This record gives sequence, C-alpha cells and structure tokens, in this order.
Amino acid sequence: MAAGFKTVEPLEYYRRFLKENCRPDGRELGEFRPTTVNIGSISTADGSALVKLGNTTVICGVKAEFAAPPADAPDKGFVVPNVDLPPLCSSRFRSGPPGEEAQVASQFIADVIENSQIIQKEDLCISPGKLAWVLYCDLICLDYDGNILDACTFALLAALKNVQLPEVTINEETALAEVNLKKKSYLNVRTHPVATSFAVFDDTLLIVDPAGEEEHLATGTLTIVMDDEGKLCCLHKPGGSGLTGAKLQDCMSRAVTRHKEVKKLMDEVIKSMKPK
Amino acid sequence: MACTQAQLVSGSANPGRTRSVGLWGHTVYTDANMRAEPGIESSPRGPGCSLRHFACEQNLLSRPDGSASFLQGDTSVLAGVYGPAEVKVSKEIFNKATLEVILRPKIGLPGVAEKSRERLIRNTCEAVVLGALHPRTSITVVLQVISDAGSLLACCLNAACMALVDTGVPMRALFCGVTCALDSDGTLVLDPTAKQEKEARAVLTFALDSVEQKLLMSTTKGLYSNAELQQCLAAAQAASQHVFRFYRESLQRRYSKS
Repeated sequence: MAAGFKTVEPLEYYRRFLKENCRPDGRELGEFRPTTVNIGSISTADGSALVKLGNTTVICGVKAEFAAPPADAPDKGFVVPNVDLPPLCSSRFRSGPPGEEAQVASQFIADVIENSQIIQKEDLCISPGKLAWVLYCDLICLDYDGNILDACTFALLAALKNVQLPEVTINEETALAEVNLKKKSYLNVRTHPVATSFAVFDDTLLIVDPAGEEEHLATGTLTIVMDDEGKLCCLHKPGGSGLTGAKLQDCMSRAVTRHKEVKKLMDEVIKSMKPK
Repeated sequence: MACTQAQLVSGSANPGRTRSVGLWGHTVYTDANMRAEPGIESSPRGPGCSLRHFACEQNLLSRPDGSASFLQGDTSVLAGVYGPAEVKVSKEIFNKATLEVILRPKIGLPGVAEKSRERLIRNTCEAVVLGALHPRTSITVVLQVISDAGSLLACCLNAACMALVDTGVPMRALFCGVTCALDSDGTLVLDPTAKQEKEARAVLTFALDSVEQKLLMSTTKGLYSNAELQQCLAAAQAASQHVFRFYRESLQRRYSKS
C-alpha cells in the first residue's frame, strides 16, 4: 500500500516522512549516508580512489603525462579533471557526448581545484618552459544515487593524495627526459576541500546528502566546499528556492562538521596504506 | 515597434553625465568615458553600495516574443525569449513549462563553462517562473554576450529577467544578479570591472529575488571566509534594491508612455 502511494504521490509520501523529521531510508535530516573510501585500487593509474556515499559510487583515476607548459605560465603544470556519467550509472544518461549534468560536474570540479589551490601548479613543473606534468583526473560514476558532487570531490581528493610521481631528470646532452620509476614521491596536497550538499524542500526544509529520489523531488540544491581553515572554496547554488542568511549559516556549521568527519576518514585510510 | 528605454544613474555616479533618446530609440551618452582617465583615483563610483551605471532596452528584436538588452558599465548582454511555445515530446514535462537557456559567448563556440552558466541561469529562472500555468510548453531564453567588461553572469541574469518580463511570462518574483569582488586586503567592490575581477582574491555572484531578497543562486570563485560571505551577501542585498527600483521605474516609464 505504501509502495502504491509512493508511486502515485511521491511528494506527499516524502512529506509524511519529513513531518516526523526523518527520511524514507531512516536517516535524520542532517545525517550523511555511510561513506567508504578505497585507495590505490587501480594499479595502472598513478593514483586512484573509489568512494561510496551510500549507493552513489564514484571512482577517480589520475594519470600523469608530460606536456609543454603554456607560454604565459612556463613554470606551471596542468590538472585536467573530467567527470563522466555513463549510461551504466543511471537510466537517465544516454551514451554519446557528455550531457549537461556531466559538463556541469566537470566544471564544478575544475573550479574546486582552481579555487582551493589543492595542488600548487608550480609543483608540477619539471623544467620551466620545457616540461611539466599534466594530471588527467578521470572521475567515473558507477552508480548514481544522488549527491554526485560530494562523492566526486572526495574521490578526487583521495586520489590526489594517492598519486605518486616518479622522479624526472633532463639529460643535458640528449635533452630528453629520463624517468626514474624506482624513485617515487607523493604529491604535495596543500589543503583538503570537502563538499557538503544540501537539498531544499518546499522552500523551507534543508536536508543533507540528498539521495537520488530526494534530489528529484527537491526544489533546490546547495553545495558548500570548505577547506582546512574553514575558508570557502565554492558556494554552488544553481538556482532553486531562495534561502535566507540564517539558513545559510546553518548549512555552514553543518559543512564544518562534515569537513572534520571526512578529514578523519581520509587520515585513517592514508595511515592504513602507508606500510606498503 | 515600441522601443523604449530607461536608464538610472545610480547614487554616486558622475552627475555630469546625461543621456537622451536617439532617433531610433538607441541610447545616446553625452560623455563617452565610463571610467576616469587612468592614473586618477576618482571613479564614477563612491564608497559603499555603488554599481556602475546601467541601462536597459526592451522589445528591440522583432522575432522573439520578448527581448531585452542590459548594459552594466561596458558589459552588455542581449536576451531574447521564445515562449510559451511547442516542446519536443522527449523534453516535455506534464505539469510545468520546460525552460531552456542558451548562452552564446562573444567569440568562439560555447564550451563547458557556458553549459555551467546556462544551468545556473536556467535554475534561477525556474525558481521564479510560474511554469505550472503553462504545462507541456517550452520557454527558451537565448542570451548573446555583446561585450564583456566584468560581472558578466550578473548582467546575463538581469537581461534574462527583463526579457522574461517583456515576453509576459508569469513570474512569482523578479530577480537580479549582483557581483562582489574581494581583493587581497578584504575590501569589497560591487559590480567589478574585468580588471578588478582578475586582481581580486574572490569573486562572488548572487542572484536575489525581489520579494524578500532571498538568495536564489550563488556561484563563487576563489577563497573567502564565512564572515566575508555574509558581508558580501548583505552588500548584494542592498545593491539589489537599486536594481529592482530601476526595473520598476523602467517599466513604469514604458507603460505610461503607451
């Protein structure tokens, strides 16, 4: 009977739960889904991470290649993110060129990298004006159940922390790069941007970490990306119902606690990986 | 073709500048320089809430159902709205209008950044447009960047709003875009120019609604603290009052003429 009601009136069904301050999957309004992260699973990539946020699964692989630095910034490398939402993850995506959702997510990740300065681009330079690293970060969603931006940001962060770049020296005589695969060093990840997404319901209620169905019913979304010192890298609110300043402040405080949770998880995983 | 225009020289701008209507309804400025000569600190803005002068022209295109051109300083965007019109069956929504936004840059082909901006503008319009009154139709907003001298997204939002009003699409509120830039020592500049945007530490763009100045859309670039965000939001809300007053006056002038 409940299933019938849910199909016919999904919004009313959902409102019944919200009135009791909980959600259909049993979570509180401010509770995140269980987050799991697995680092270094792709051996062919220079760095990789798999993040599961409830059912939403995103895998990030980072490959490092050589490139000539741009003429206007000869001491900088590149970080090129790309978010792919294949038909595998959800029935709403078709195969072919990236749809709007994938492009928006890619742009979002590029903005987070740029704004948070997670990696100093100068660290990626090998020889100014001649050779620099370019990190291709490919984020592929394997299962789409809402809140893709949080999962992608976390996966990117974890993968970048896992990246090991070999030492490169430029041979003076041949002017070729010599890669020493035996000597690898980790990237200097300067800060930890963590994204927290909210969905707005009926212009008033704010819930954290919307699942797929909740995103569909929401009247607006908000994503806050915070870094280590409590500074904001990104306040992404693509339209939707209006928010007052007070509601925004509540979101900020939730984002701060989420940042602590994620950082703790990251540190645990990194610590468990170290003796290899 | 009823070509009307309205301008507002906001508070602290240069009082010596005057505007008049040209022969074909285009704006004629009596002094050409928007900015003071380089090297001199005086600028047309005063301290506090100061936007560049803006101008708007409605109903200037004959094909779209509604159109508007919005000018903010040297940034200019032309918007055209088609709708409510027929929609492809694959895109139709049974109980609302389908809103589409197309943003064309001044040069080059639209890329991923444009897609991202289109999504921001579309979601903002969806929040205010009463789509339920026109189910299974499509409303298309086409924005063409004529010139970009800073605060482009805000100008696009303003142009889109004026064009939607010109079309007569039912809306629950008007919206406006305001850009704030924070430079390295934390000073706030509203409606920054391209140069100020490049040198700023953070650039925040907000879309606010006209009823309660609630935050409809926000997109930011750069690093800033929570306190700075609140400051920018408050300044943006104050500035949005100017813009809404301008909308009201410009529409009053237009409809009182005819």
